[in-house]
Amino acid sequence: MELNVVKHSVVTSQRPSVDDIDRRLLAAIQHGLPLTSRPYAEIGASLGMSEAQVIARLAQLKAGGVIRRFGVVVRHHELGYSANAMVVWDVPDEQAAELGRCLAGFDFITLCYRRPRRLPAWRYNLYCMIHGQSRDEVLAHLEWMVNHCGLQSLPHEVLFSRRRFKQRGAVYTSGRRAR
Amino acid sequence: MDDVDRAIVNQLQGGFPICERPYAEAAAELGLGEDELIRRVEALLAAGTLTRFGPMYHAERLGGALTLAAMKIPLDDFERVNAIVNGFPEVAHNYAREHEFNMWFVLATETPERIGEVIAEIEQATGCKVYNMPKLEEFFVGLRFEA
Repeated sequence: MELNVVKHSVVTSQRPSVDDIDRRLLAAIQHGLPLTSRPYAEIGASLGMSEAQVIARLAQLKAGGVIRRFGVVVRHHELGYSANAMVVWDVPDEQAAELGRCLAGFDFITLCYRRPRRLPAWRYNLYCMIHGQSRDEVLAHLEWMVNHCGLQSLPHEVLFSRRRFKQRGAVYTSGRRAR
Repeated sequence: MDDVDRAIVNQLQGGFPICERPYAEAAAELGLGEDELIRRVEALLAAGTLTRFGPMYHAERLGGALTLAAMKIPLDDFERVNAIVNGFPEVAHNYAREHEFNMWFVLATETPERIGEVIAEIEQATGCKVYNMPKLEEFFVGLRFEA
């Protein structure tokens, strides 16, 4: 199994400046891009902006990380990835970063975060999401990962999803907000 | 979904060009015509294989906030609590999971302060405790589903 190149960052509160024009632009495309030859011109026309302005601002928003990714959102269920499990680990805090990077390197892991414990009810501080075409496949991935990263002695639990009630992206409005 | 659709999904998960004729550019890399790419993306959206085609935002950098929250709900009370939780517009997605902590949902709000308010409102409306599990550190993965 190949490992992906792994990037890593500590969450910061860094906020690039996003002005009202950016907000209107983001609101205009939050539900998707027009399916026409020149989609950025069409968006611009609806906002009173030129195509070049739209392209320049979107490129800047992407460079600044406000737009994480420009592409498709796949409904993984429809592609046959019907099993998903959240695996949670109780990891010594000083080892969490190293183990998090190790877990995030597997191509079947789609999310990996360190989160706070909530003692005594909840002891786990490292989370990852494993997708697979079946529960057996998810468990096989997990076993591979445990062996590869040397996690045998770390307490963990597997939380398979039973039902999905909502799956939508976050919604942003174009309304002007107080800062 | 045929092999061309699969190639399209795999390529677009990696990104989409920001230029005057982005479909033409993406199509060229796939060895397709611009019209055919547009038509196929339209069909994938209509079929529900793709839920969205566009940007994914970074909530925190827009001044908003995201968190993961969990609840332990008695099984015989699950439907009632679930209906209440899903009624909040800030709940972006919600999964029932096999565990004592059996409900896990993501909250997306326009301001950081609103996270705490929504959690308090959900606790008051349901009578159940909400455990806030915000991310402290993110380990980046290449988010891709091989189609």
